[in-house]
Amino acid sequence: MLKRGSVAVVGAAEMVNAEGRLPGYSQIGLHAESAIRAMADAGIGPKDIDGLACAGQSPTEVAWYLGITPTFIDGTSVGGCSFIIHVRHAVAAIESGLAKTILITHGESGRSQIGRGGFGMGKSTLQGQFEAWTGPMGAPTSFTIPVLRYMKRHGLTEEQLAMVAVVQREYAARNPNAVMKDPMTVEDVLNARMIAYPFRLPMCCLVTDGAGALILTSSDRAKDFPTKPVYILGTGESVETPMVSQMEDLTSSRAFRVSGATAFAEAGISHDDVDHLMIYDAFAHLPIYGLEDLGFCKPGEAGPFIAAGNTRPGGKLPLNTNGGGLSYTHSGMYGMYALQESIRQMRGIAPAQVAGARISVCHGVGGMFGAAGTTIFSNEKP
Amino acid sequence: MNDYSKMAPQPTPETQPFWDGLKEGKLMLQRSKSTGKAYFPPRPFFPGDPSQEVEWFEASGRGTLHTYVISHRPPPGFEAPFSIAVVELEEGPRIQTNIVDCPQTPEALRLDMPVVLAPHRVNDDITLPLFRPAQEN
Repeated sequence: MLKRGSVAVVGAAEMVNAEGRLPGYSQIGLHAESAIRAMADAGIGPKDIDGLACAGQSPTEVAWYLGITPTFIDGTSVGGCSFIIHVRHAVAAIESGLAKTILITHGESGRSQIGRGGFGMGKSTLQGQFEAWTGPMGAPTSFTIPVLRYMKRHGLTEEQLAMVAVVQREYAARNPNAVMKDPMTVEDVLNARMIAYPFRLPMCCLVTDGAGALILTSSDRAKDFPTKPVYILGTGESVETPMVSQMEDLTSSRAFRVSGATAFAEAGISHDDVDHLMIYDAFAHLPIYGLEDLGFCKPGEAGPFIAAGNTRPGGKLPLNTNGGGLSYTHSGMYGMYALQESIRQMRGIAPAQVAGARISVCHGVGGMFGAAGTTIFSNEKP
Repeated sequence: MNDYSKMAPQPTPETQPFWDGLKEGKLMLQRSKSTGKAYFPPRPFFPGDPSQEVEWFEASGRGTLHTYVISHRPPPGFEAPFSIAVVELEEGPRIQTNIVDCPQTPEALRLDMPVVLAPHRVNDDITLPLFRPAQEN
């Protein structure tokens, strides 16, 4: 188990806008520009970085492009939560002396498709042989497959599913960088275009451009940086399956449960200690699975919990306060944006700031319930 | 019927018996010789315990509709809306498929309804394991 609070985030930068477009950048250019801004935030340069983690581009490409000579690299690429897992690996690397100052980068030209490699789905891969021919065209018709089973088992209603999108829109309305800000009702959601029954358009994530980067170092060194350190209390990671149809239980994610329990044990906190929560919301059912699999709600209770207003602005458990993948931004691998919002909340500078927040949990998914990563942050050194 | 020719899978050595079985209308699965527990997709060892010997066997082709979406985003050659479903086989494993020979509506696609294998020939090498509602009698 990693030592709680031994490593802190000392630099952070995010590149997103309300248009969801950054047409001036290639994919590697997005990695680089967000890295340069994070270094500026930390008051350091490439020569001060000795560790690098990234997904979507190889660490070799990003290190060379930026002029970094790392003694630690991590190219873990298991989908959108990769960056959350990079945080965990960076903590381990700093604790064990593999590197002192680690940069984590992300960049995706998801909308503009500039300089972007494709996601290969060869016809002889497991997905190619056993899922692709059934006709899913990407995540909207794959990631969504489990939810009818959940609805039958727990009685979740389409109205409750719609409420996930409605509540997050309330946060997005307060966020100048959110792509979708207009107020929305449950009726609006249920009258919107059907994408994959029972999912309508507002229950599905956006497709945007975006980037972000973080810089981590030991908590002992963190005081020498110009920013307010955000300490890492606990981390977790796991994987389950490359195929959504092969989940052990389509109403719960094993990777979520393992990753979340590991992070909470490491942090030594209880759920009541959590002031702010991010759960990667590629689709509206993700926050529901996340609330249950992380232990905030009992199985079947997360839908009513959200519908009752517990996660909305002013509620007892503010969730996805940037507006989430549904209303803020989503370039393909959203995990970095969830991390950035946790950092903003801990620094006290979020557009929809949770007053007095001290502990933030950031939980992400990779693939279609394939992988999970969890990081627990605090603005107080334990 | 959807045109699957562009999506036809390419078998590997580990999965070839599964695809060969379908050419003859059979759903071939693998199971542990010691426990009888079946698993899917095919691989030459028992997941989680490679020490168990495994064997191929012909499954019943019967199952129930475990979950699905009705996609409004058809790939080339497909007609929307169409179901993308997970069937729970009588032997235990679950398999992703399309449910055919019935309206593609929530009313017709009832969770846990019985379904049966409906092999669909795409070309000389590939027959796909589609499923259809079981005859009620």
